Amino acid sequence: MSASVTVALILLLSLIGFWMGRSRAVAVSGGRIASLHSVPNYYGSFVAIWAGLPALVLVLFWLALKFPVTEALVLAGLDVDTIRAWGQQMLPPQDLAQLMERLAAGGSDLLSDNQKQLLLINIRNIAAGQSQYVNPDVLGILKPAAAHYSTLLSLANWSLFAISAVLAVGGLVYTRARISPDLRARNGVEKVVNALLIVCSLIAIFTTLGIVLSLLFESVRFFARVSPVEFLFGTHWSPQTALRADQAGSSGAFGAVPLFSGTLLIAVVAMMVAGPVGLLSAIYLSEYAPRGVRNTVKPVLEILAGIPTVVYGFFAILTVAPVIRDVGSLLGLSVSSNSALAAGVVMGVMIVPFVSSLSDDVINAVPQSLRDGSLGLGATRSETVRQVILPAALPGIVGAFLLAISRAIGETMIVVMAAGMAAKITANPLEAVTTVTVQIAALLVGDQEFDSAKTLSAFALGLVLFFATLLLNVVALRVVQKYREKYD
Amino acid sequence: MTKTSGEAGTKRAKMAGRGVKVFYGEKRALHGIDVDIYQNEVLALIGPSGCGKSTFLRTLNRMNDTIDICRVEGKITLDGQDIYDPKLDVVQLRARVGMVFQKPNPFPKSIYDNIVYGPKLHGLATRKDEFDAIVEQSLKRAGLWTEVKDRLNEPGTGLSGGQQQRLCIARAVAVSPEVILMDEPCSALDPIATAHIEELIDELRANFTIVIVTHNMQQAARVSQRTAFFHLGDLVEVGATEEIFTNPRDERTQGYITGRYG
Repeated sequence: MSASVTVALILLLSLIGFWMGRSRAVAVSGGRIASLHSVPNYYGSFVAIWAGLPALVLVLFWLALKFPVTEALVLAGLDVDTIRAWGQQMLPPQDLAQLMERLAAGGSDLLSDNQKQLLLINIRNIAAGQSQYVNPDVLGILKPAAAHYSTLLSLANWSLFAISAVLAVGGLVYTRARISPDLRARNGVEKVVNALLIVCSLIAIFTTLGIVLSLLFESVRFFARVSPVEFLFGTHWSPQTALRADQAGSSGAFGAVPLFSGTLLIAVVAMMVAGPVGLLSAIYLSEYAPRGVRNTVKPVLEILAGIPTVVYGFFAILTVAPVIRDVGSLLGLSVSSNSALAAGVVMGVMIVPFVSSLSDDVINAVPQSLRDGSLGLGATRSETVRQVILPAALPGIVGAFLLAISRAIGETMIVVMAAGMAAKITANPLEAVTTVTVQIAALLVGDQEFDSAKTLSAFALGLVLFFATLLLNVVALRVVQKYREKYD
Repeated sequence: MTKTSGEAGTKRAKMAGRGVKVFYGEKRALHGIDVDIYQNEVLALIGPSGCGKSTFLRTLNRMNDTIDICRVEGKITLDGQDIYDPKLDVVQLRARVGMVFQKPNPFPKSIYDNIVYGPKLHGLATRKDEFDAIVEQSLKRAGLWTEVKDRLNEPGTGLSGGQQQRLCIARAVAVSPEVILMDEPCSALDPIATAHIEELIDELRANFTIVIVTHNMQQAARVSQRTAFFHLGDLVEVGATEEIFTNPRDERTQGYITGRYG
């Protein structure tokens, strides 16, 4: 009996509980609904929750514990002969010798964790009927253990089904019996809703926390191999580590400064596009555009934000980069085909709607009375914008810019496609540079061993990126918040 | 409609409206207003909410231009010149016809910068001491100088409501306009601040022509020399304030000032 059937049964019982609770409430009210503490639907929901919730929680726990518990039981049930026979077939000579020693000594902890995993994989494959993946000699040895494993699992499944059915029916019958006009069903339901909302927000928080921790732990492993000083201040980036000691050209240098400078260069180029274009279009939309134009242009501008970044990426490499290279060669400049300029300009276009939409909001938040006051003194529109509206909206605009920068340094797809892989320190936007995000993508693409310094460096880069954007976001939000208080 | 604008007298009309109609989209808000505004007088515009008095006030310095759907017909003159003439520069018009709004709206700048905002725009001064003189004179005229002379660099938004409104009046005065329009300037203020502003209006009359919209009939009686009564987009009657309040010619005016409706 699979868990999904059990869940379906619980939901069904819960639904039945709703109707039973509802009709029971109507019955005990004696036809006067108003005499009930809550409306009948709340009694229905109350019964449904008590029928469904405990059983569902049980299913969750059981799903988490099913495999660890059954596997521990199977391992504990293996006799010494089986282990010896399996070891003789599967273990390399050195490990086997150790196993034999331990067997002779009569110890209890015969296998290492890795060996236990190997044994369990064999048992699981046999139990699942996939014996083709198992050494035929082992098949015979482990057959009883596999049968034991299957029995335990199906026992666990059936007992879960039975226990949750009892729990659900019990909850249903008990709460239905408790229904009386005085039962505060509404308060009970509200409490559960409240708890549900808390749980949902906790999931988001714990996910963030989990991501940060995983970045942190992997980075610690990286920094055990490469010193943080070399990583943060080194100027040579070449993450190809040698597989053999005598291998040439794979020194494995992890100085990340070229990546930071490349990221910064592209972000600066992007902001030089997105800043003026976004801010000026926000000013046009909020101060100059007639209502009709505004209502059309604003959504169109926001469509830009909906274009997948990978599309921007090939726009950058197939359209913008060749144009820049051709113009450059006309002017006698040497432009590399993957230039920071191309990636930065396209990224700038991508974050224009971001800047313009946020700036538009803060400009619109400037009270109309200030505009009237300025216009009433004989100021022109542009004088009003420059001398009254922008100064008043400045903190909000700064916040918008900071958020846009944090988008720019975290953006990956465009730079992966258009910025190139050359890790060098340069302030010339016509050269190819590489960014933190490009390197992370490059380091983790394909089959990688997850314990080499090369792969682990991706986590360290991710950690740096995370702290940079976090800092920008926190500062930006503080600035925007402070600004809000001023007018409310 | 009663024709009441052509009042006998030797005074010169500073501004005049002839057949002023205002439309918001399809809706007509004013049905043809004829009124003269004389030099160095205070003209009060009274009437029930939605009667068009604020709309009319805003046509006098073309503040209605900022509303997309608003359209003005008829003729309004300032010293005989049509202010809706396409050749006229609206920026210059607003420098000559200043405005004080219902809610005090100082810029989020220092008191000093609030005052010099207009003079800087219009190039009324160039040297620091000239600006200082303008600030002092404007604040004195607005009766605010003694209260703020030691804190000119503090933000104007930090003043009390009544002080803010006087700062806005000083800001309007600083441009040396010829006419000052006031749109219910005391409606957001307490009685003491209101009394202060009313005194100030009386003093300002010596140098400026003032048009004030008010909901408060005692205020109209106290500060104005002439009063115009608006009702449902029509100018019902206009005349000497004393005349309007003691002996109104139209029964709608009488009904409003005696509190039967409004």
